Amino acid sequence: MALNVLDLEKPIAELDKNIAALKTVSEEEGVDRSVEIAELESQRDNLISQIFANLSAWDKTLIARHPSRPYTLDYIRAIFDDFIELHGDRLFADDKAIVGGFASLSGRPVMIVGHQKGRDLKERQYRNFGSAKPEGYRKALRLMKMAEKLGIPIISFIDTPAADCSFGSEERGISEAIARNMYEMSMLTVPVVVVVIGEGGSGGAIGLAVGNRILMLEHSVYSVIPPESCAAIIWRDPTKGPQAAECLKITAQHALENGLIDEIIPEPLGGAHRNYDAAAASLKAAVIRNLEELSELSAEDYAKDRYAKFRNMGIFGTEPQE
Amino acid sequence: MAPDGWFRRKGNAAGKAARKHLDALPDGLWTKCPKCGEILFSKELEKNLKVCSKCSYHFKLGAVERLAIMVDEGSFVETDAGLVTINHLSFPDYESKLAKGCANSGLNDGMVSGTASIGGHSVVICVADFGFMGGSMGSVYGEKISRAFERGIETGSPVIIVNTSGGARMQEGLVSLMQMAKTSAAAAKFGRTGLMYISILTDPTMAGVHASFAMLADIIIAEPGALIGFAGQRVAAQAQVIKPPQGFQLAEFQLEHGMVDMVLPRRDMKDTLAKILAMGARR
Ligand SMILES: [Zn+2]
Repeated sequence: MALNVLDLEKPIAELDKNIAALKTVSEEEGVDRSVEIAELESQRDNLISQIFANLSAWDKTLIARHPSRPYTLDYIRAIFDDFIELHGDRLFADDKAIVGGFASLSGRPVMIVGHQKGRDLKERQYRNFGSAKPEGYRKALRLMKMAEKLGIPIISFIDTPAADCSFGSEERGISEAIARNMYEMSMLTVPVVVVVIGEGGSGGAIGLAVGNRILMLEHSVYSVIPPESCAAIIWRDPTKGPQAAECLKITAQHALENGLIDEIIPEPLGGAHRNYDAAAASLKAAVIRNLEELSELSAEDYAKDRYAKFRNMGIFGTEPQE
Repeated sequence: MAPDGWFRRKGNAAGKAARKHLDALPDGLWTKCPKCGEILFSKELEKNLKVCSKCSYHFKLGAVERLAIMVDEGSFVETDAGLVTINHLSFPDYESKLAKGCANSGLNDGMVSGTASIGGHSVVICVADFGFMGGSMGSVYGEKISRAFERGIETGSPVIIVNTSGGARMQEGLVSLMQMAKTSAAAAKFGRTGLMYISILTDPTMAGVHASFAMLADIIIAEPGALIGFAGQRVAAQAQVIKPPQGFQLAEFQLEHGMVDMVLPRRDMKDTLAKILAMGARR
C-alpha cells in the first residue's frame, strides 16, 4: 500500500500510519486510546477534505490512474450478482483488456462491458495495461448486440489509457473496430449507461462510450489526448503533462460544465481507492437511478435519444452568409 | 485547373482566399519531388494532377485543388461555410494556429463541404485540407460532416468524403473526441437510407478521423502511398521493441490487410467514382 501513495497523499498516509500504530498499541497493551484515535481520524479527514478541495487537473489525472483505484472487475464484484463472463470476438481472439458478460443488478439482468487494468506487474501485462485491441472492441460489440437481441440494458465501464497501437492491432483494424463500435452503439435499441471510472483515454474510451447516459466518477478524467502526449506536441516536452492537463480541462467537472456528460458520481473521501465499498455503493445508486429514468423510453427512442445527445455535442459559432 | 468557373460559393470571403491560393500556384517554376528527388517542371506537375512523373509520388492537394480535379466543372456549391471555430477552452495559441491555417489553406476550417456532381451524378461532398492545422477535427469539422450526412438523407444523395487528417483537434479538448462519436452516429443514420457512402483516404489519414467516419463507408478508396492508420508512426514505434513491418500503415498495407477496397491512382479517381456512383444509383 505504501508504494501506491501519491505525493499529494503523503501527509494523509503519514496520519494513516500514526492512526494504525496507535490502534496496534491500544490492542497490544489493552489500553483504550479511542479518544486519541478519533481525534487523529478527524484531523486526517479534515486534511483530506482540504487537499481534495484544491485538486488540479493533473492531481485528478494521477488519482484516476491510481494503482490502488478500483477497476471494472472490482465494481462488478461489489455491485452485481451472478456475473457470467463471456469471452472472445469469434473472429480472432479474446482480449483481456476488455471484460464483459451478463450480470444481475438488483435482480434485473444487464450486460456489462468494460476496460480492465491489472493490479500487479504480471496482471498489468496480462491486461495489456487496459489498452484494448480490435478483438476487445469486437468482443464488446458482440455482447452489446446480444444484449440488444435479448432486450437487456448495457452498462459500459471506461478505464483505459488509450487503445492498443501495436502493429498487430493496426493490421487487424483497430481504427475500424473503434469506428464500428460507435456506429453500432449509436443505433442500439436498449438503454446504454456509460460510466468513466478512471481514465477515459481518447479513442480507446469513446469506442465503448456511446451511451444514453454518460456518468463520470468524481476523480476520473476524460480526454482527447493523454496530457503527456499533448505536452510533447505543444512544448516538445512530455514532462509538462500537468500544464497540458490544465489546458485540456480533462476533469469530470469540466466535462459536465461543457455539457458532454450527464452526471458526476461522488467518491468517498480521499478517492474511490480509500473505500471500495462506498465507491461501489455510490456508483450502484447512480446507475440504478439512470436505468430507471431511461426505462420510460421505448425501444426505438433509445437510439433517437442517443443520436440527439451526440448530435448536439459541438461548440462553434455561425457567421451569416450572403 | 481553371481558377474560376468550377468553384462557386454562397459566401465569398473564403472563396476569394481560395482563388488567391490557386493564382499563387505554382509557387516556383520547378518543384522537387520529396520522394525521389526529381526536379519537376511545376506546370507539368500541375497538369499531371500533382503526381510525380518519375516515381508516381502523390503530392498533397488542398481542398480547393482536390475539388477542381474531382467534380464536374462548375458543379460545386459550398454549404455550411459560415460555421466558425470558438476557442472555448482558451487553449494557448489556438487563435494564431487558426489564423495560420486560414492563411495556408485559404479556408476557415480544415473541412469544406457542399454539393456537386461527378460524371453527372449529384453528390454531397466533403473535402479535408491538411494545410489547415493538419486537417484536425474539431467542432466545426465534425458538424460539417454530420450535416453532410443529414443533407445526403434529405436530398437522397450519396455522400463522398475525401479525408486527410492527423486526428482529433486537441485544442478543443473532449468536445473534439466527441466529434468521433457524433460523425459515426451520423454515418450510421445515413447508412440506413440505402444510399452510398464513399470514403477516400489520402495522405495522411490518421487517428480520430481514421477511427471514425473515414472507416465507416461502403466503399473505401486510398491514394497510392498514403499513410493511413490509428497511431502516429512515432507512437506506434515507441510502443514496440520490434521494427514495423515493411510499408507499415501505407495504403498498400491497408489494402493487403483488407481495410480498403482499392488503391487508386489520382488520375483514375474521377472516372472510377462516376462508375461506382452509377452502380449505387437508386433504381
Ligand atoms: Zn518522384
